[in-house]
Amino acid sequence: MTVAVDFKNVDIVFGADQAGSLAMIDKGATRAEILEKTGNVLGCAGASLTVHEGEISVLMGLSGSGKSTLLRAVNRLNVVSRGQVLVKDGDKIVDVVTCDEPTLRRLRQKQVAMVFQQFGLLPWRTVEENVGLGLELAGVPDAERKERVHRQLKLVNLDQWSKKYAHELSGGMQQRVGLARAFATEAPILLMDEPFSALDPLIRTKLQDELLQLQAELKKTIIFVSHDLEEALKIGSHITIMEGGRIVQTGAPEDIVLRPANDYVRDFIANVNPLSVLTAWNVMRDSRDLDHGDNGWVWLDRRKTTRFKIDDHGLVAAAERDGKPAVWVSCADVEAQSEEAAQVFWANPGTSLKTVMLAMHRSQTAPVALFDDQSRFVGAIGIRDVLSAVLRR
Amino acid sequence: MDPISQFMVDHKIPIGAWGKAFFGFLTDNFDTIFRAFSNGLNFILDGLVNVLLLVPPVLLALVIAVIAWLLQRSRPLAIGVFLGLIFIINQNLWKQTVQTLVLVVAAAAMAMAIGVPLGIWAAHKPKVYRIMLPVLDLMQTLPTFVYLIPVLTLFGLGNAPGLIVTIIFVIPTAVRLTHLGVVSVPKSIIEAGEAFGATKSQLLWKVELPSALPTIMAGLTQSIMLSLSMVVFAALIGAGGLGTEINRALGSRRIDLGLEAGLAIVVLAIVLDRMTRIGVGGKK
Repeated sequence: MTVAVDFKNVDIVFGADQAGSLAMIDKGATRAEILEKTGNVLGCAGASLTVHEGEISVLMGLSGSGKSTLLRAVNRLNVVSRGQVLVKDGDKIVDVVTCDEPTLRRLRQKQVAMVFQQFGLLPWRTVEENVGLGLELAGVPDAERKERVHRQLKLVNLDQWSKKYAHELSGGMQQRVGLARAFATEAPILLMDEPFSALDPLIRTKLQDELLQLQAELKKTIIFVSHDLEEALKIGSHITIMEGGRIVQTGAPEDIVLRPANDYVRDFIANVNPLSVLTAWNVMRDSRDLDHGDNGWVWLDRRKTTRFKIDDHGLVAAAERDGKPAVWVSCADVEAQSEEAAQVFWANPGTSLKTVMLAMHRSQTAPVALFDDQSRFVGAIGIRDVLSAVLRR
Repeated sequence: MDPISQFMVDHKIPIGAWGKAFFGFLTDNFDTIFRAFSNGLNFILDGLVNVLLLVPPVLLALVIAVIAWLLQRSRPLAIGVFLGLIFIINQNLWKQTVQTLVLVVAAAAMAMAIGVPLGIWAAHKPKVYRIMLPVLDLMQTLPTFVYLIPVLTLFGLGNAPGLIVTIIFVIPTAVRLTHLGVVSVPKSIIEAGEAFGATKSQLLWKVELPSALPTIMAGLTQSIMLSLSMVVFAALIGAGGLGTEINRALGSRRIDLGLEAGLAIVVLAIVLDRMTRIGVGGKK
């Protein structure tokens, strides 16, 4: 995977006494201490984060945690006091912190686009003129600009509204214009600064879905700032949690939910429904940790009700439940199965925990097996594994 | 007088003398330049007035009404403008009104031409604005009569000194409103411009000025109104027009003449105000 954006030990301080504040950061001073001593505001300190191409990396935290500050370092809306912000620029890597003005402008026009919380639309321009802003600034010829703008407006279903002024549109539509404006530059990197926070919940959910759909098609690298954990878990392929200007934890959504790094993160996830994040992979016991019997038989559960016979290729050769031969079927079609036959359900690593639980429910709490892409047996999920994941014990 | 006050009075700072010496120096050394400038300006202004007076009054009134329609696309406004101007012709004040109109439009245009760039500069550089502010206060509050005198000695009598006095009085408004307009551009849209790679001049022309336009246009309207209010003072140093009529009415206590000329100024003010309300509550 190629790296698209790489933050390396980024410190951002707002105020005059940069050197004094940086020295305090090195001693591990908190934001309040730095404010009291130097009068400067600590934006973020020692932030290191790698964002790969095509992923949605979410920066999370309460307001004032430094998430927006860090995001805005990528296109130098905030000036970095110390450290590097490396951004992929075609075949090259550019350090945004030190690059010259023309390079920065080119990055902003062609490589990094941005979507704002308050939309940032120009009220005296029509929708299409707003969407064309980036192209106009980059000097794209009129005809090409019109064509690209029209394509983007179609993409976000606003082509009927192109001649309207921005303020004539609802909030959700205005943010679609903001999205279209960012997409229109065809920049591979997209910065989204709490883009949906100003919208009401129904519209927010809708736009999140639309973003995910568009992302599946466009495969941008997205850095997304949010204070809403549900949103982060829904759209993020990686989540970074920040507190007081420092990064507390970085990981996949389920890592954050299953293994919170400290009490701050634990508080954060306290109200999250684990079923919305966890997959079969997160809760399974690895096949090496299971009870192995003779002749390649493996017990799937601690109560020893169900076992598989595994052949040399890792494939299942036979199954037995309560001492009787059984069939193994995918829990993707759990609804289609009759309940009479003795059966063992299997899941893929990406199968949601909810589906696994449904399969257990259907099979009188029998364990669920886990197969990889090549149908090889990799592990099993018993009822206790599910309970401990849901209860986070 | 108590000794302390007496002491202070005895050591009076000779501000008046310095000022006199300064203007004396200017008139002694650069008199020809100032006079040439004044003559040139007078020539242009008088020429403009004479050209406009060549046009039959009713036709000119019609042309102005058409311009009003082109600017605002409002039929009632165009008709109102036409009727107002007809009233002035009816009062036999057309020549004076044209003189005043030329002076006011020239003063407002010059004030905007100087004031808008200064206002933009001040908005981008807070330090500049801090230095500019007392100068603007001085220009607006120093009683007009006080700077009529040096302007008179430098430029002589006529339309040109009247124009210069009016410009001095009006520039602060143009600067202040432009400054206000540019500093109140929402930060979010400036950042949007920056984030999409605008250069400094693109940011100015495509984001800041369009956003500040309503305020700047309010500045234009205000400049015109203030120029009109200066007309009477400008007449004291020989600028022709309605102000001259009012001063004559004052000197000879002619209520009728004063009322007629005063109403003509009001009509002219309303006409110009309504015509120049561009971007204020207009296109949104």
